Amino acid sequence: MTIAGRRLTPWAAFWLAAAIASFFLAAHGASMTAAIDAGWAMQYPAAWRWPLNAQISAAMKWLVEEVHFHFFTFTEMTRGLAWLLKQPYDFIRSLLVGGFVRGLGRDAVQLLPSLSWLAVVFIVAAMGYYARSWRLALLVAGCFLYLAVFGKWNSAMVTLSSILIAVPLGVVGGLLLGIAGYRWRTFDRVLTPALDLMQTVPIFAYLVPILFLFGFGPVSALIATVIYAMPPMVRVTTLALRAVPSEIRDFAVMVGCSRRQMTWKVLVPAATPSLMVGVNQVIMLSLNMVIIASMIGAGGLGFEVLSSLRRLDIGAGLEAGIAIVVLAIALDRLSQAFAQRSGYRHSESSNYLTRHPWLVTTALVVLGTGLAGLFVPALQDYPASATVTTAPFWSDLVRSINIAFFDQFEAAKVFMLVNILMPVKRFMLALPWPWLVLLATIAGWQLGGWRLATLCLGLSVFIAVNGLWELAMVTIYLCGISVAIAAMIGIPLGILATENAHAQRIVGAVIDTLQTLPSFVYLIPVVMLFRVGDFAAMIAVILYALAPAVRYTAHGIRNIDPQLIEAGIVSGCTRRQLLWRIKMPLAMPEIMLGINQTIMLALSMLVITALVGTRDLGQEVYIALTKADVGRGLVAGAAIAFIAIIADRLISAGAARTRQRLGLA
Amino acid sequence: MRSSGVVGALAGAVACLAVAGTAMAEPESKDPIKLTLHDWSGQLITTNIMAEVLKKGGYNVELVQADYLAQFTGLKTGDVHVAMEMWETTGREAMDEAIATGTVENFGETGMEAVEEWWYPAYVKEKCPGLPNWEALNDCADVFATAETAPKGRYLGAPVTWGGFDDERVEALGLNYEVVHAGTDAALFAELQSAYDRKAPILLWVYAPHWAQIKFEGEWIEFPTYTPECYSDPAWGSNPDMAYDCGKPRGPIWKVGWAGVKDKWPGAYNAIKAFNISNDEMAAMIAAVDLDGAALDAVVADWMSENEERWSAWLE
Repeated sequence: MTIAGRRLTPWAAFWLAAAIASFFLAAHGASMTAAIDAGWAMQYPAAWRWPLNAQISAAMKWLVEEVHFHFFTFTEMTRGLAWLLKQPYDFIRSLLVGGFVRGLGRDAVQLLPSLSWLAVVFIVAAMGYYARSWRLALLVAGCFLYLAVFGKWNSAMVTLSSILIAVPLGVVGGLLLGIAGYRWRTFDRVLTPALDLMQTVPIFAYLVPILFLFGFGPVSALIATVIYAMPPMVRVTTLALRAVPSEIRDFAVMVGCSRRQMTWKVLVPAATPSLMVGVNQVIMLSLNMVIIASMIGAGGLGFEVLSSLRRLDIGAGLEAGIAIVVLAIALDRLSQAFAQRSGYRHSESSNYLTRHPWLVTTALVVLGTGLAGLFVPALQDYPASATVTTAPFWSDLVRSINIAFFDQFEAAKVFMLVNILMPVKRFMLALPWPWLVLLATIAGWQLGGWRLATLCLGLSVFIAVNGLWELAMVTIYLCGISVAIAAMIGIPLGILATENAHAQRIVGAVIDTLQTLPSFVYLIPVVMLFRVGDFAAMIAVILYALAPAVRYTAHGIRNIDPQLIEAGIVSGCTRRQLLWRIKMPLAMPEIMLGINQTIMLALSMLVITALVGTRDLGQEVYIALTKADVGRGLVAGAAIAFIAIIADRLISAGAARTRQRLGLA
Repeated sequence: MRSSGVVGALAGAVACLAVAGTAMAEPESKDPIKLTLHDWSGQLITTNIMAEVLKKGGYNVELVQADYLAQFTGLKTGDVHVAMEMWETTGREAMDEAIATGTVENFGETGMEAVEEWWYPAYVKEKCPGLPNWEALNDCADVFATAETAPKGRYLGAPVTWGGFDDERVEALGLNYEVVHAGTDAALFAELQSAYDRKAPILLWVYAPHWAQIKFEGEWIEFPTYTPECYSDPAWGSNPDMAYDCGKPRGPIWKVGWAGVKDKWPGAYNAIKAFNISNDEMAAMIAAVDLDGAALDAVVADWMSENEERWSAWLE
């Protein structure tokens, strides 16, 4: 791995020179620019700023207050939409928690109680058995029992009601958009950047406009959830439909399918297994939104997490957080089982009861527990006296770690701060912005030609002209270091996971939990141990962004053609050589994509780390949210998205070239 | 005063009869009045008490969870109607902006007074005997210093969004301190809890009424007392060239709401305006919920039964 043995390629020489020049500029840039009276290169002048903030805010105001479609205003239209969405939501919510009520307040008459906890547990267990096996039924029932036993039932049912609305909306919406993207190339071309933005603009940035348009409450939270969770479904749909074998398509044409039949009777069913990957992503991302949704009136488990942590009741926060994880596991396993369930098993019997044994039993249990619940309250609502909690244990644990190990943590932290974090931050802030814009543009040109170069140039200049350069540099510094460390931990873990099945299971469980557990749950203990500041933020980002680095590495190594590894063994490679000379280089394109995803997650975490006091673009978005400043939030959000897009395009282009060089494409 | 109390009691009794009987005054509108809930216990208690009182008055009430500052979007449009705690110290700017639009109205004081100031745990006094006088702070900068801030002392300030002019205060008073902003309330008190467990020195922003005041023993730093001139006039105070050379203002906690409440539910509007509760009462209830682990509903119910006379009078 030494450079000495090889000849420098022109590009490598260029980047080496650029790096040296960067160090020189960081050290002397300020004095040099001052000498030639070019201070604008160090700090973008306020007078040159593009007043985009104010323009967006004004446009929003106009949209909310002025726009009129002859019969109704724009706001009336969006409010009407909100009302429409609220109906099914209210229905499901009443069904799961609260019951059906006519009238309000004192006049309220309960028409029907909600489903009893026993009925819900039975229904999900029956679904588990129907979809796969007793084992799945037990797992799912166990998950829901956790919610009851730990006293999280009502909150969990509130959360579940929004998930049950958001997921079908996200799936159907994503499916339709994906099909449209598959059919019409032009639509696809508009759709792709829109999806990029939906995934990378932090949710806090568009919460305020959503609140303006759709009003306060669960429906706005629902809409924000759908916007955030839908993009993977769209992408997966388009890809899955393109991947349907041409034989199937040709056959459909031969038997004379109409276009509609072709889509719905042939393509979509043929692509179902891939489509289910999208469904799974929608479920996971919807559950990721639970905390943020609770900030604008969705309530439920997210609210429990927030209010527990506000009391510093770490254990209660953790229990509520795990309730979210448990809900995610149950829904994920169920949806996967339904997807893999092979075909319909038609029963020959003509009797309705024997043909639908599950439907009938479930109906009986629902009715039975409902009726019995009228007389025995414990059958309707899980009795509060039978709930358990482990909260004191966790609080004591954090406390004793804090007392016993704080000094060691502090020493490690100070070392990192003084030797790595602070110098990098100073370096990033000392570089003149035109220099970095130039480097990004050249990188774009090298990896993807003039198109990518123009994109990099445009997006990075956007950040500068909106006066966000300094915040963007702090963002890049924090994310860059976190991603580097996440890669250093994640790649070896990914390799470990491919070595044996046991390790694979443990690593898989840990990273799955880290991804679904709301980051706020571990953010507060991290603050207790490391104080408020960049270091605490960095740890939280690493924990959250670790997963893709592990997954893609493992995936990349597993997908290597076994013959190539066989060849390595035959020619007498040691294990070490096998890893470094064969597995790693061949898995490199996949690993790069994993790093790419790690960057995306790290950027999306910035808004959360703003809550422990970082001073970057995430904080800017958060401040804009609390001040209800639409323009400021969207512009800062767009800046984060643009950093993500630049990183994504450069890395993807790099990975594609590497793949080509290795002859894998 | 005495007689008005008796009248109040009588009225209360009548109101109770009305609640018990069928001939209860109909509310002006059956639509639910939406009160916002935030994520700290004191506010949940205040809001739940108000909700219970309004229910006794025959109103339909809905409690909606909302972010402290983001809720103004809803208050302006009438999506939500009442916010029971808007602190002079942190919410003033947003509240003034909203009231200026004419769609939001100040419903008066809650009776509680917000205190926000630099604070330290009592055990720090051993290491820095000159406290709580602010002039002792510079001598103790090394006590509060950490590796990142040394040789300066470290002061953990509130989230940037809360304002508070601490950066300006440090400069104006020539304090040898660095202001580090916590991102949220939870992070702020997480650090306090952590330091308190280790008996480590810490200097931070604390506010009252809050459970930290009850749980931890400590004192406010005594800065020169705040006056409006101190913030507006640089000449005022020890530093002739800079404003903010004084402590933070103390001020009421306000009730705010949608301007349409007055016309839609006049009775409820009056009850909300009349709502009044003291810092001590609130502190006791916060302690019961956050420190003793009592159920919030039970604490609110206790208050309701003990103060029937008071809340009945609000409903007139």
